[in-house]
Amino acid sequence: MDLLTPELGLFFWTLIAFLAVFMILKKFAWKPILESLGEREKGIADSIATAERVKAEMSQLKAENEKLLVQAREERTAMLKEAKDMKDRMINDAKEQAKVEANKIIIDAQQQITQQKNAALAEVKNEIGTLALGVAERILRKQLNAADGQEAYMKMLAEDIKLN
Amino acid sequence: MSCKRLFSLFILVFGLSGVVNSTFAQGAGNHENAPAEAVAPAHEEKKGINITELVFGHVSDSHEWHLFSLKKENGEEKPIAFPLPIIVYAHGQLKMFSASRFEEWHKDADGKKISNEYEGLYIEKVMKEKILATDGSKVYDFSITKNVLSMLIGVVLLLWAMTSAAKKYKVNTAPKGFQNGLEVIIIFIRDEVAKPNLGHKYVRFMPLLLTIFFFIWINNLLGLLPGGANFTGNIAVTACLALIAFIVMMANSNKHFWGHLLNPPNVPFLVKCLLVLIEVMSLCIKPVALMIRLFANMLAGHIVILSVICLIFIFALLNVYVGGGFVIVSLAFSIFMFMLELLVAVIQAFIFANLTAVFIGQAIEGDHDHDHAELSEGLAH
Repeated sequence: MDLLTPELGLFFWTLIAFLAVFMILKKFAWKPILESLGEREKGIADSIATAERVKAEMSQLKAENEKLLVQAREERTAMLKEAKDMKDRMINDAKEQAKVEANKIIIDAQQQITQQKNAALAEVKNEIGTLALGVAERILRKQLNAADGQEAYMKMLAEDIKLN
Repeated sequence: MSCKRLFSLFILVFGLSGVVNSTFAQGAGNHENAPAEAVAPAHEEKKGINITELVFGHVSDSHEWHLFSLKKENGEEKPIAFPLPIIVYAHGQLKMFSASRFEEWHKDADGKKISNEYEGLYIEKVMKEKILATDGSKVYDFSITKNVLSMLIGVVLLLWAMTSAAKKYKVNTAPKGFQNGLEVIIIFIRDEVAKPNLGHKYVRFMPLLLTIFFFIWINNLLGLLPGGANFTGNIAVTACLALIAFIVMMANSNKHFWGHLLNPPNVPFLVKCLLVLIEVMSLCIKPVALMIRLFANMLAGHIVILSVICLIFIFALLNVYVGGGFVIVSLAFSIFMFMLELLVAVIQAFIFANLTAVFIGQAIEGDHDHDHAELSEGLAH
């Protein structure tokens, strides 16, 4: 039973020592330690959150990049296609134009040829006419110089009139 | 398996020690041959060892720090001990002097050890020491006893260790060494003790819980050192700590707590009277439970280790070879007990802090969280 009766002195000193330790440690140890522990934990949590966010952003960026790349590729293909089309069109246009031009030239040439041919023919006709007239004049002059020739001619003219 | 074997060894050892002690005590009476010790009663033999006196001498408080005794050539024992300062309030005044003033001891008719008188005071030693006045007036003993000194050493160590660790937090670097180990414990107390029991108000009580834990732990460990004091195994100490915990609990108790305690809702009147009585009793038992738990655990640990060591000497008195042989068994067992006590030292500190948190948690809780606190209390037992 002796062991179960508390001594006043020890109780007193324990109380004082414990309270002193409590006050001192509260101010100089627990507060700074707990504060920096809390801060560190917060820092770590923040860092993790930031890392997650950055990661998400990165993946988003990557996705965007890929999208852009795909888009660019598509665009390139489209451009190539367009260029090819344009080239084809240009060639076709040029061909067409050339054909039209050529046709025009040919037609012009033909017209000119026809014109010149007609002109030439007309000239030839005139020439032949003049020549024939000359020949006829000479023949007539020769024939009419004689009296029977004049008579025959008169007969022939009279026959023409009868027929009318 | 090994656990079972150790337990049976334990039973065997204690059975034997009981038998040996009693036979030895009977036989020792015949060896009374020192005339100088005529006042000593027949059962108090001088040649052998009195286990009760030895064990309780070690576990109880003292006004000197006894290290060991040397045997002089004339057979007298010369104790090697540091006298500690005695501070008493007696005869209406405060007195301070060294315990070395009480140096001559004799035994009175009841087997009590009585010291010489100094300034109207003397020490009476049965199981523990008491300073009494010759005129029978009341003496208030505020001496720096062995326990107080041990506690002061513990306090200095604690303050030094914690403040030096706290200094490292001023620079924002990664924790290392001691700081790392300390952090683990602090975080454990915060996450496993404070947060589950106290909820979101835990921050307020963290310094108290941490101080309780480290104060008890370091003093438990100091008590385990050879020659150390049994500080935490002293009921005055545990009473003081329990009282502090109780006061904090009361100071922070809220209306909800008292409402439930004094006027439990939805209960018939007669049952209510009974219930209030039980609740009030349970409230008072809480600090008592805290007090007894730590005290009994630490005291028992000390007594077991001391008893196992004493077995060597008991057997040596029977026969030197038996004693020599028993050294191995006794050492193995005391090493095992010592390891166990190292564990108990931290477990008891944790339980004290945890139960303090549970009790405070009950006092500050709102309408919810009720089941959780009860559960942790159950686990802690």
